[in-house]
Amino acid sequence: MKTLDELRKIREKSQQKITLGESNNRVKIVVGMGTSGIALGAREVMKAIIEEVAIRNLTDVIVTQTGEKGLSSMEPVVDVIEDGKPTITYGNITPEKARKIIAEHIVNGKIVNDFIVTMLN
Amino acid sequence: MYEDILKKYSPEKENLISILHDIQNSDPQNYVSEEAVQEVSEYLNVPLSHIHGVLTFYTMYSTKPRGKNIIRLCESPPCFLKGSENILKKLCEILNVEVGETTEDGIFTLELCACLGVCGNAPAMMINEDVYGNLTEKKVEQIIIDIKGRA
Amino acid sequence: MKSKSHIADTHKYNFNYENRVVLKNSGIIDPENIEEYIGVGGYKAWEKVLTQMKPMEVVEEVKVSGLLGRGGAAFPAGLKWSFTAPLKAEQKYIVINADEGEPGTFKDRLIMEGDPHKLLEGTMIAAYAVGASKSYIYIRGEYTLCISRLKKAIVQANEYGILGENIFDSGFNHEIEIKIGAGAYVCGEETALIESMEGNRGTPRSKPPFPGVEGAWHKPTVVNNVETIANVSAIINNGADWYKTLGVEGCYGTKVYTIMGDVELPGLCEAEMGTSLRTIINKYGGGMKNGKQFKAALVGGAAGVFLSNEMLDVKMDFNTLKEYEAVLGSGAILVMNEDVDIVEMLWSVIRFFRHESCGKCNPCSNGTTVLYNLIDKIRKGKGKEADLDELIRISEAMFLTSFCALGQSPLMPIKSAINNFKEDFLTKIK
Repeated sequence: MKTLDELRKIREKSQQKITLGESNNRVKIVVGMGTSGIALGAREVMKAIIEEVAIRNLTDVIVTQTGEKGLSSMEPVVDVIEDGKPTITYGNITPEKARKIIAEHIVNGKIVNDFIVTMLN
Repeated sequence: MYEDILKKYSPEKENLISILHDIQNSDPQNYVSEEAVQEVSEYLNVPLSHIHGVLTFYTMYSTKPRGKNIIRLCESPPCFLKGSENILKKLCEILNVEVGETTEDGIFTLELCACLGVCGNAPAMMINEDVYGNLTEKKVEQIIIDIKGRA
Repeated sequence: MKSKSHIADTHKYNFNYENRVVLKNSGIIDPENIEEYIGVGGYKAWEKVLTQMKPMEVVEEVKVSGLLGRGGAAFPAGLKWSFTAPLKAEQKYIVINADEGEPGTFKDRLIMEGDPHKLLEGTMIAAYAVGASKSYIYIRGEYTLCISRLKKAIVQANEYGILGENIFDSGFNHEIEIKIGAGAYVCGEETALIESMEGNRGTPRSKPPFPGVEGAWHKPTVVNNVETIANVSAIINNGADWYKTLGVEGCYGTKVYTIMGDVELPGLCEAEMGTSLRTIINKYGGGMKNGKQFKAALVGGAAGVFLSNEMLDVKMDFNTLKEYEAVLGSGAILVMNEDVDIVEMLWSVIRFFRHESCGKCNPCSNGTTVLYNLIDKIRKGKGKEADLDELIRISEAMFLTSFCALGQSPLMPIKSAINNFKEDFLTKIK
């Protein structure tokens, strides 16, 4: 049970969490887990990302899920969010492609152009 | 026999549809048996005829034993446009059944259904609770092989 | 692969988040984490109505916004609320129609899967406005992910005290329960939905009495579509005047369209009311697949209309389309290219109605079978030209005599297919 004041505090705190803010996280990876995404393999993609993050011991990376953006033809969709940079949306991702994104984009900072669907500021 | 399911719900008619779902999902043959209907009727104090009426009205229920996995291929216009008829032919061929039938090994029952709401990835189907999209003849063959392998 | 890199290079894919109202958070926030919803301003509107607004002020705000029902019938939502709000009753209900079954429609699924708390917030505001202490969300049984996400969302909202007893010391109590369907298109009709909710066969009731006066368990019940309700929190937060800056005169706000069929990038977009079919296909659907020519679009689902290329530049909103004897319906847009035979598509549409007719009234249950036999005959090359008149004549009779909207629906697709694409039929007949 929360009071309205507590709700407002959560609002402030969560706003920071979404833009990464002062937390120790450097990158947020978001996997689209709607029915279309899951139908085309988003669960396997999520698993691969979590595994790869653990294997590489990337402690400043958080992995979460979201619903569908409406890009049915691009599912599974993965977003990479970093402070001060445009959000990169990758599409038609497979577990192999996801591992490549971790190796190139997350670890080495090189955007994987071949998989990009769009960039949003 | 079904008391574990029944006791989750208050004995009111409004819970009938959810109870029938739970009973069917708990049955290895994916159907609602006559014994189950009897028990639900007593629990809810609703006539047998009412339960039969509800069971036969909704397409998700079956009063006959079915396979372990229910394939529900969408036949609505968006999937039809994208070739669901060819997928159906392929499924009938590899499973060696007609629509509504269960494979000899009892692993699959093939059904048709109305729009599943994944039309951006038509043609689509559901197997149990999982949705599969962008189907091709090759893809459905692989899906069937994978599920058989797990059976 | 070629088309994909093309998209990345040119940014051809238009995300259109800038226009989004109801799907603003879908695909952005974690739908299973209430704090992410709160973090993007969620439940602010709920706080506002509870602390600053009287129920009738909420009704009035929604009425002034001109919000029209998004389930297909386009009935003004505020007006619907205003019928139920003043009624004195020991119990009133809000029922959310999440029985999305119109072929080609998956907008409500995206809202429920991607932003379930937005639906809950709108539902609570509606409940406060009309004085309902209990709401039901009726979800079709096939939408398993929607069901589980909404159930989680309700648990979280209760834990946070956003739902429950004496919410934030306002004295207002509210409870939300999920009801599940079991596969019946007709349950999208509001009275059939109520029957189903009560544990019966989902057959429609006669109206009047309308649900607003006598609905679930004979109590006053407001039935609203998911997309309609998903607009409510934005209207409360930003005001009716803001809402009216979106869309066109008499038809405000945005519409969620699902685009599928022979387009390059099938999917979903949210655009302002009044956006043309051409814009939707080209800007959001990525244009025609493989450079083929546009032939037709079935707009509004099976209960929709077959539009020809003459309609590509007409504004898509409820009122304008009505002038052209067309409908916007649920906002489903099934695009067909030059190779598609409209006879085949109409056959598929009629087959759907034949299957989904509930059996309650004669005009519909017999009519859909007669229509199916006729179109099947034409499809097989055994039809006569007089059969085309017969299809229209029978569907007109069904329109006039059927008990509910289901039996009235085949007229639109049949008439528009025959009138706009007569050649396709004549080829099969000759």
